Amino acid sequence: MIETEKFSRSYNYGFIDESTKKEIRRKILKAVAVPGYQVPYSSPEMPISRGWGTGGLHASLSLIGPDDVFKIIDQGSDASVNACNLRNFVRRMTDCRTTFDTAEATIIQTRHRITEEVLTDKQIIVFQVPQPEVLRSVERYEFKTRQMHAEADYAKMWVSLYESYVKFGAIMQGAGYPVKVNKRYIMTPSPIPRWDVPNLSHSDTLHVFAAGREKRIHCVPPHTLVEPLEFEDIKFMVESFDGIQCSVTGGTDAFMDEIYESDGDRKHTINDSNFMDKVRVGIRPRQRLFKNPA
Amino acid sequence: MGYVAIKGGEDAIENASRLTEYERVNSRTKPLEIDQIRTQLGSLVDKIMGEGSLYAPEHAALALKQAQGCPLEGAFILRAYRATLNRSYSSDIVDTRSMRVVRRISSAFREAPGGQILGPTRDYTVRMLNTDLASETKEDFERFISEFDFLDTDVLEEPKPFSKIMDILMEQGMLHGVDEDEDRRVVDITREAVKFPAPRSASLQMLARAETGGLCALAYSSMRGFGSTHPTIGELRVGKVKVVVSDRRGRKRCIGNIKVTESEVISKLKQKSRDPVPYMTLGYGLCFGHNETKAICMGILDRAMRVKDEHPANSQEFVLYHTEGVESYGFTNHLKLPHYVTFQSGLDNLRKAMKRKQDAMKSGEKPLAVPANAEDAVDPAPELL
Repeated sequence: MIETEKFSRSYNYGFIDESTKKEIRRKILKAVAVPGYQVPYSSPEMPISRGWGTGGLHASLSLIGPDDVFKIIDQGSDASVNACNLRNFVRRMTDCRTTFDTAEATIIQTRHRITEEVLTDKQIIVFQVPQPEVLRSVERYEFKTRQMHAEADYAKMWVSLYESYVKFGAIMQGAGYPVKVNKRYIMTPSPIPRWDVPNLSHSDTLHVFAAGREKRIHCVPPHTLVEPLEFEDIKFMVESFDGIQCSVTGGTDAFMDEIYESDGDRKHTINDSNFMDKVRVGIRPRQRLFKNPA
Repeated sequence: MGYVAIKGGEDAIENASRLTEYERVNSRTKPLEIDQIRTQLGSLVDKIMGEGSLYAPEHAALALKQAQGCPLEGAFILRAYRATLNRSYSSDIVDTRSMRVVRRISSAFREAPGGQILGPTRDYTVRMLNTDLASETKEDFERFISEFDFLDTDVLEEPKPFSKIMDILMEQGMLHGVDEDEDRRVVDITREAVKFPAPRSASLQMLARAETGGLCALAYSSMRGFGSTHPTIGELRVGKVKVVVSDRRGRKRCIGNIKVTESEVISKLKQKSRDPVPYMTLGYGLCFGHNETKAICMGILDRAMRVKDEHPANSQEFVLYHTEGVESYGFTNHLKLPHYVTFQSGLDNLRKAMKRKQDAMKSGEKPLAVPANAEDAVDPAPELL
């Protein structure tokens, strides 16, 4: 029958068993060694749904130790319900301290954003990735995309960007803008907005991208060149928030949320919740801002 | 900093989960016992064990209770639990020829060695709602069971293993074994991510864990017209098989019996280029518990995936990725998570495209297209999909 009292702790430290954690760490090391390459890994089931950050948890929980300080954000916010759920889970499974303060965290798990505040070489940022295959929009089959990556055959991707330009007058890729890592692999950066993409390049921090459902891990190590795909005459552009001011803090130059009030009024607030809190009390943490070419 | 907002989120999820629990207990009906679920909802328990890939009837029943009867959720809970268990041993190959058969049919022959054993099946019942069950009592159970009193279960003789229908066809050379070029490596899909083309072992493991409804839809598509012809059930067996493990010194131990359903499905004739005589091909399915629909669909798809054709069921990658219940269920539901950052990024593109159109019209140029909605704007090449 079902045993409920056999062990003092019903789950291993960090939920995942040690041999699997070791396997995941080794796959992360491989991904660090080959920047931008998608490394297949075991991806065991987690007690949260596939597509809700299982990959992120695999990476975070296999890297975390008792002295770590854990921060998790979803769409830029510490308060998002799924972030709360995962934060509670990680705290329960590791007894680690958790924080909202970006500067204080040693491991930051994120869905769809990089913090506005510049990260340091003491920090690791773990991305929850829904679709790790950048070529999926131009090639359905996995066995073909793997071959295309192996041969660095990215013609279809370039053509699709060109066609988008011809048809719409711009490269219409929104979040998850394709980038070339270390002049070799093309990679999709989670789906972070274009605003965050330039921050990947030559950063001090290790970026771990983990896609649980698709069972792939890829990395951008510190001090690695990351170039958004662009043409000589058609340049990569980030979202523009020119002249837009945060309605709460009055701050500018940050990725903004667009909020509609019941009476139809539109206002903006800074998306990164911890950054907004700091701006509100008069602290402006160091940022790397990208200026769109004129 | 940000404390109030956080508190809001935490309270919200805590209350949402309590509200779900409230819905379960609010009626104040008698709490379901695990044993009741395990025995009286056996088909569902079997399905969950298969999809949860853990043979543990009590745990499956508990998962179902916790999931308030949702099979996808139940299988998911069981899978997550399974992922925390250590693998101590691998079993020896299970021999289905020595299965203690409770049901065995072949639609290929009228009579078969060992006989057709109808066993427990709802196949030949009329599906009228049985209103008698609404007022069933324990006494009704006892009365029904007493009709079987003449059976002395202690002295039932061990059934003799009987040969398979496939053996007859193989002996006559009408059915061939696996192709020499087939990838026969044994991989463990729970320990390493599947890569395509996947060896048959990976393919059958994934089918065995796949969601029954998903398998049924794709197998049906293959039967109905998007694939090979109408298959024939060579043999369908349901019964218990022994699970044997060998310890490090090579001693064999039987660790128990599990109920499985096995199907061998005869499909399209095949022909080798150098041999003009065609031969039959076989699809194989085996799953936990009594789940005939699943075993048959596995057999059909196992065959279909090895046929080079253009239909969905012929693509290994298509079938195996998309019948995976826990993953498809999770991903579908992740759409409910906020996506306002990615959406904002698409909005930005769309607004710029609209502005370009206005500017072009003002200056009298031919305007470029504007995507129909923000989701299209996110896509680098909508027309290529």
